[in-house]
Amino acid sequence: MPVSRPPDPENGRRIVVDRRKGLCLLCHSGPFPEVRFQGDLAPSLAGAGSRWNPAQLRARLIDSRLFNGETIMPPYFRAEGQFRMAGAFKGRTILTAEEVEDVTAFLSTLRE
Amino acid sequence: MTGQTGRAFALAVFLLGPASADDIPANQRLSGYDMMGAEAQAMQRDDFANPAMLAVKEGEGLWKAAPAEGRPSCQSCHGDAAATMKGVAARYPAREASTGRVLDLPGRVQACQTERQGVAPVARDSTGLLALEAYLALQSRGLPLASPRARGLEDAASRGEALYRQRFGQLDLSCAQCHSQNWGRSLGGTRIPQAHPTGYPLFRMEWQAIGSLQRRLRNCMTGIRAEPFPAGAPEWIDLEIYLKERAAGMAMDAPAVRP
Ligand code: HEC
Ligand code: HEC
Repeated sequence: MPVSRPPDPENGRRIVVDRRKGLCLLCHSGPFPEVRFQGDLAPSLAGAGSRWNPAQLRARLIDSRLFNGETIMPPYFRAEGQFRMAGAFKGRTILTAEEVEDVTAFLSTLRE
Repeated sequence: MTGQTGRAFALAVFLLGPASADDIPANQRLSGYDMMGAEAQAMQRDDFANPAMLAVKEGEGLWKAAPAEGRPSCQSCHGDAAATMKGVAARYPAREASTGRVLDLPGRVQACQTERQGVAPVARDSTGLLALEAYLALQSRGLPLASPRARGLEDAASRGEALYRQRFGQLDLSCAQCHSQNWGRSLGGTRIPQAHPTGYPLFRMEWQAIGSLQRRLRNCMTGIRAEPFPAGAPEWIDLEIYLKERAAGMAMDAPAVRP
């Protein structure tokens, strides 16, 4: 994806723990001791960087539907095709291309 | 049969089969009350501690009072609510025999206000309407929710089921994905309930107020960044009818308390 700057894994971590931005820990848990309430709807993010290479991680963020049509993981870089998108979000992706790269870079550091 | 047609066939059978084939089995259904903590349960059980009972008191007053000078009160047509309104909330939404239209309970109250009392209807989700709803709901406390399909609302229930299974919003999630497939799990610390509408209207601690089922559904829709339907829209009523079909036979615990 065309991006305007190099990936920033620290920003990636901030996005992952942000309940309004990344929303990741609503479903996932992981090595984030400062986050009190984590989800248990999805596998732990611990070790994600050993299980998947950056291309695989990026693809799952962009649209997990491509791997599992029934998945509950939201499509972070798809702006179209959702039903009744709320006005404020219409035509917008959950994360920008830069933010997808930031999160990918951060997840790659999660090695067990 | 090839693998492909075999799968297509299985899918067709599944889609035509009983509505709840892949949903929660009847004997494993739990209400929001069953799933909440002991403290909130105790608050709901004690009518002096349950904040929703304030709305019931207000509703009782509205039931008995003339809505305007010279206009009939609810009671002057319907009599003692404890007798005549028993079980009514448990079988709404319902089809009105004379007109064929399907009304939910607040819609019914509004229709009586315009057509029988000759006054302007109070708005959905206003304290006045919530109070009357709470008073009516109390008259069905402990009674089983009636099946809408068994009362001629099959079409509405099917439309409601399609909405329940439809992915919505920027997060692209369906009601079923949370409430049928992941109930009991922790969504960032909040336990996902099974979405049985047994307790409405109810006092929600997060709202610090009594609120309607539509308000609850609106919250879930905005949570997944979907555009909610307008207040009173037929889609909400279809969804409510399907939720009540899923919950048919479960006891009403309105006016309830929820975290
Ligand atoms: C609403 C639930 C939900 C949210 C929110 C969510 N995920 Fe997921 N995620 C899942 C589920 C469920 C899976 C398991 C695979 C599947 O079903 O697609 C998964 C799988 C993954 C995987 C592969 C896990 C493995 O090692 O097998 C990664 C990595 C991942 N998610 C990262 C993220 C990140 C980063 C975010 C936030 C930017 C996020 N997820 C947000 C539900 C979610
Ligand atoms: C991402 C997950 C998610 C989705 C999608 C979702 N909900 Fe919910 N729902 C919840 C959670 C969590 C609660 C409980 C909130 C609380 O207790 O604070 C809830 C509560 C409810 C309740 C209240 C149950 C009670 O005991 O009072 C109903 C009814 C409900 N949802 C229906 C729906 C419907 C219908 C849809 C689709 C339009 C939907 N939900 C979509 C997570 C979700």
